[in-house]
Amino acid sequence: MSSGKKVMTGTHFMMGNFACAEGAIAAGCEFVAGYPITPASEIVNQLARRLPQVGGIFLQAEDEISAICAAIGASWTGHKEMTATSGPGISLMQENIGLAVATETPLVIVDVQRLGPSTGVPSIGSPGDVVQVARGSHGDYQVIALCPESPQEMFDLTVRAFNLAERYRVPVFLLADGLAGHMRERVEIPVADSLDIIDRNVTTGGNDPMERIDFLDEDVAPMPVFGRGFKAHVSGSCHDEHGMRNLSAPEVMHRYISRPIDKILKHRDDIIQVEADYSPADIALVTYGTVSRSARAAAQLGRAEGINVGTLRMITCWPFPDREIRQIGEIVDLMLVLENNRGQLYPYIKAEAAHACQIEFLGPQILGQIHDPENILARIKEMIK
Amino acid sequence: MSISTHPFRKYMRHHITRTTNCPGCGNGIIIQAILRSIEELEMEMDDFVFVSGIGCASWIPSPLFAADTLHTTHGRPIPFATGVKLSLPEKNVLVASGDGDLAAIGGNHLIHAARRNIDLTVILVNNGIYGMTGGQTAPTTPRGVATITSPYGSLEHAFDICPMVVAAGASYVARWTTYHPRQMTRSIKKAIQKKGFALVEAISQCPVQFGRAAKLGKAVDMLKYYKNNSIRIKKARGLDEEALKGKIVVGEFVNVEKAELTSELARLKEEVMEV
Repeated sequence: MSSGKKVMTGTHFMMGNFACAEGAIAAGCEFVAGYPITPASEIVNQLARRLPQVGGIFLQAEDEISAICAAIGASWTGHKEMTATSGPGISLMQENIGLAVATETPLVIVDVQRLGPSTGVPSIGSPGDVVQVARGSHGDYQVIALCPESPQEMFDLTVRAFNLAERYRVPVFLLADGLAGHMRERVEIPVADSLDIIDRNVTTGGNDPMERIDFLDEDVAPMPVFGRGFKAHVSGSCHDEHGMRNLSAPEVMHRYISRPIDKILKHRDDIIQVEADYSPADIALVTYGTVSRSARAAAQLGRAEGINVGTLRMITCWPFPDREIRQIGEIVDLMLVLENNRGQLYPYIKAEAAHACQIEFLGPQILGQIHDPENILARIKEMIK
Repeated sequence: MSISTHPFRKYMRHHITRTTNCPGCGNGIIIQAILRSIEELEMEMDDFVFVSGIGCASWIPSPLFAADTLHTTHGRPIPFATGVKLSLPEKNVLVASGDGDLAAIGGNHLIHAARRNIDLTVILVNNGIYGMTGGQTAPTTPRGVATITSPYGSLEHAFDICPMVVAAGASYVARWTTYHPRQMTRSIKKAIQKKGFALVEAISQCPVQFGRAAKLGKAVDMLKYYKNNSIRIKKARGLDEEALKGKIVVGEFVNVEKAELTSELARLKEEVMEV
């Protein structure tokens, strides 16, 4: 597993965090900065060994703030980069997640979530950061977050996270949890040629940002990366299309907030993925992440007893799959939302579906422990009574 | 009437016609020292990436310098610069920021960059106060000076930044005041050329905030104060604490060669990369 190959093609029995590390290298990641934290450490542990073998750089930062800043700096040199952490680290990174959004910096942030608040329980993989990754930095903004349910998806969605970051110049979260990160399972890594890899558009020329559109394009502006004579001006302050600070023109402020949000929402159909397995007669289980595995098991149990149970898994949590939730809400009569927390996405789901169906929430019997499918089935039976 | 162009105008973005500096600010002297260093070293602006944080001194390169410039969050220019340098080792990465940015909120990054001995040039502009936000106490404010947040006089001891950065492991450390632009320029040139972490602390007048708080008068009075109270490091080494009270120790604190991080990483790659 530690040879110098970029793509470890083959069938592996692999820990989710290692699959994430291999996904990063396969996607072309050349720079990773990280700080040790349970349950994400195996990602940086593996990359510290693997990256130099493939010509990349690993930096063990003095804290998570430094890690994300170094990753953003590296991104501006035109390289693909990543940082990996857990909830406490995300909390520390929040200010500079905002800078990455404001400067339209491609960035992959892996959050292997753990039970919180505060120090909480490092080794228990409760997804407590589902809203904070989207709303934790100050100001108005839009990121992308993908929720893997298995070690296989720790690989697949890491590759996809890089592609989305490069395509849209935006921070993309791999919003995993300790269960997906520490689980060992079969992971198929395809041959390099069959991987779809996207690289960012780089500006084509000129040494004067005043004659280029470097930011705030209605779509995605080509990136004026450093070191090539573009004389880019990059600032987290409110800026215009050329990157120049502007604190006086209201219409510039409006564009500074709106354009980076709209460029994501405009492409929501390309970004949002859900896995739908339901029919109109079903009671629908709506989930994301590792809880989806319990939901599928519960659906199987239910169907074996002649109860029509369907599932909808949000692979993309941000931007929020509003239309997809609305659609299922308007088709089924009963919906049960399953989350391994106190219901972080439940209000968002209710907002889209509660007008059209009966909707309820179910956490696991013990928070942090994965939902028992039998328990889900018992709740389904109550709902249809 | 003939109009002459400043010889360093060529290093500045053409559309920038004014700075954010207050009248009498030391930033102008430091801007000249940086640009004169680049000219005398016969380097181009495209040989550099400039990184700054938040605060008055962070406006030195951004948006003024016609180069790649990255204006970051408060306290964090050094980690951003670390990421730029590691991924673009052939460029000179120069950080210009203030004492509040680099020694208060960003103090941890400063000592760790020095420890790593990564090839950055840091110009730390020390005006002894938070200027932009209205004159609050900084970790560099001398004990006893009254500021807006220490109206009865600061009770805390001030950081002595240069010895701290030396102790953390930097390859090159020097301190000058804005009264010493030639010496400062020589040190900035050495800092740029040094393969390793290099810091030049520029003690700089803020007549608007610090000058008022410390009752040091206007910009020229502050420069005179620097002239009369600076002492060369060689001379200072023979003096005790009492004799050095109120003195600004200037000169080179360290100038050594030692293993540098980007070079070490390049060597590591050669060793472990499989062809």
